Amino acid sequence: MRFNDAVFGIVLLIFAFAVIAYSQTFPATFGQRYGPDLFPSLIAGGLAVCGLLLTLKGWAARRKTPWLESGEWSKDWHKRVTFALVPLALVFYILFSEFLGFLPTAILILFLLLRRFSVRPLAALGIACVTSLIIHTIFARFLLVPLPWGLLQPIAW
Amino acid sequence: MDILLTAIGLVFTPYVLLVMLGAALFGLFVGSIPGLTATMATALLIPITFFMDPVPAIAAIVTTVAMAIFAGDIPGCLLRIPGTPASAAYADEAHALTAKGQAERALGTSLVCAVIGGLLGTLVLATTAPLLAEFAIQFSSFEYFWLACLGLSCAVMISTGSVLKGAVSLLIGLFISTIGIDITAGHPRFTFGSVEMMGGISFIPAMIGMFAVSEVLRYVASSRHKPQVTQQSIGNVFRGLGPVLRRYKLNLLRGGAIGTAIGILPGAGADIAAWVAYAVSKRFSREPEKFGSGHVEGLVDSGSANNAGLSGAWVPALVFGIPGDSITAIVIGVLYMKGMNPGPTVFLNQPELIYAVFVAFFLANLALLPLGFLAIRLARQVLHMPQRILMPIILMFCIVGAFAINNTVFGISIMLVLGLLAYIMEENGFPIAPTILGIVLGTMLEDNFMSSMIKADGDLLGFFSRPIASVLGIVTLSIWFLPPVIRAVRRAKQRSAQ
Repeated sequence: MRFNDAVFGIVLLIFAFAVIAYSQTFPATFGQRYGPDLFPSLIAGGLAVCGLLLTLKGWAARRKTPWLESGEWSKDWHKRVTFALVPLALVFYILFSEFLGFLPTAILILFLLLRRFSVRPLAALGIACVTSLIIHTIFARFLLVPLPWGLLQPIAW
Repeated sequence: MDILLTAIGLVFTPYVLLVMLGAALFGLFVGSIPGLTATMATALLIPITFFMDPVPAIAAIVTTVAMAIFAGDIPGCLLRIPGTPASAAYADEAHALTAKGQAERALGTSLVCAVIGGLLGTLVLATTAPLLAEFAIQFSSFEYFWLACLGLSCAVMISTGSVLKGAVSLLIGLFISTIGIDITAGHPRFTFGSVEMMGGISFIPAMIGMFAVSEVLRYVASSRHKPQVTQQSIGNVFRGLGPVLRRYKLNLLRGGAIGTAIGILPGAGADIAAWVAYAVSKRFSREPEKFGSGHVEGLVDSGSANNAGLSGAWVPALVFGIPGDSITAIVIGVLYMKGMNPGPTVFLNQPELIYAVFVAFFLANLALLPLGFLAIRLARQVLHMPQRILMPIILMFCIVGAFAINNTVFGISIMLVLGLLAYIMEENGFPIAPTILGIVLGTMLEDNFMSSMIKADGDLLGFFSRPIASVLGIVTLSIWFLPPVIRAVRRAKQRSAQ
């Protein structure tokens, strides 16, 4: 996914002005001339300058570079779904790991991704289970990370 | 001397040595798989080191990285796909040797040069860092402000791609560092009422997202073909190496020196060191026409340069808390979490920890010789490891790693957002390293900037009131303003000539 530089430039300009405007709402520190708004405003100022330069650059090159050049993969329906699956897997974990528990969530995510990458079903299931158990042992057992048990709470070990 | 002995005692415990061995195998594995970088290896390792004491944690990072950088040469040589970006400079050259049936020569040279380069770099690190620290003890917030500016400016100037995009990347990182409770007034900034955002954007999930999740996304989006190993069996890699090393001993030293120097430069790491060393080697070679056709000379220079660069990068990291490359940026984040704030005071208060770092470096580079040899022998098996199985597993490790830092799924959200951001940035030619440097250095930069502003009462000339500060300030400003001025002058001259 390649955008023309001007697209980034305009997004950065809007973002920079939003940051500057929002920073103005920060309260001033009593008895001091410089408050918490100074540093973010300076950064946003820098971003605005860069955004302007990028916009000009992108505009100058608009004949050569299109506004959006979607890569090879995005024309391929299969790949598009696979690509979306990665962030979706993370969102799924964020939403459901507490309820389902680490092991079921991890096994499900791993199995689905492995199947998507065309690993054979039985192999995918085996790899998903073994990997999840190993990760669970390393982090929950040895590093004492409280990975959620969720549905498996009654048989927690 | 006592300190050195204490440091050796700290490193030579069964636990630390075992950790180092595990880290070494991990580093060799990750480094030799194309598409998995040394930085990614560090990113995946951090959640585990998070639970260790400072010495084993640092020893693990040092070992992983040293191994991964060498291991990157293996697929570069056998498949012409560099395992890590640091091997990219000479992957063609090494593969040309393999095509001539001399894979042993290429791998052996890479291995021995990596070891020697790494040891040279460590020597420089161990001798210069304590001296610099004595000097740095007199620095005030003005000097630290300029030093941070200088480091960040170098990172932008040297980063791959356009300077403008590097600057955007840096500013994004600095902005991310301002999220959370502000340090001077205690006001929550850009948190939008979220309690979890108040603590700021944790650096570990951010880094895992930017270096590991983005890599998984890139794998999914790319259509890689199955790599083919050209040379099937690998013989004794050390055979006939003596004459090569004797002939190119000056190259070895030069590569090590260039590597260390570039490593010390903030923002530039092993990959740039390898490119520069390779270019210098070709420029001063007596047989430049042989370069590119499977000539071992360039390998000597750049193979030692990238490993030397690793230790060089630790000099500014330990002395000033300013990272020399993206890996030391991660290390600085780790040191802060361990309560071992990098800077000259560590050299005074906990010198044994600093010396333990040096000892770990020496040990890791020495261990590279046998372990690297082992990795070469096992290369064919590792290279056949299917990525479609590895990538989901890596993603799972990322999830648990991001969760483990604060034990909340909020870390995973940070990782997801920054992973997507890094993917889009890289696709469009924005380098990632400056963002990470910005996130790590942002707080320190703001802290020193605000206290300097308050001390000088808003008078910007105050930033130049102390001699070292003014030198650093002038150097920084000239890095910003000289290139455009020179360009403008040149253009004006051309116009008047016409």
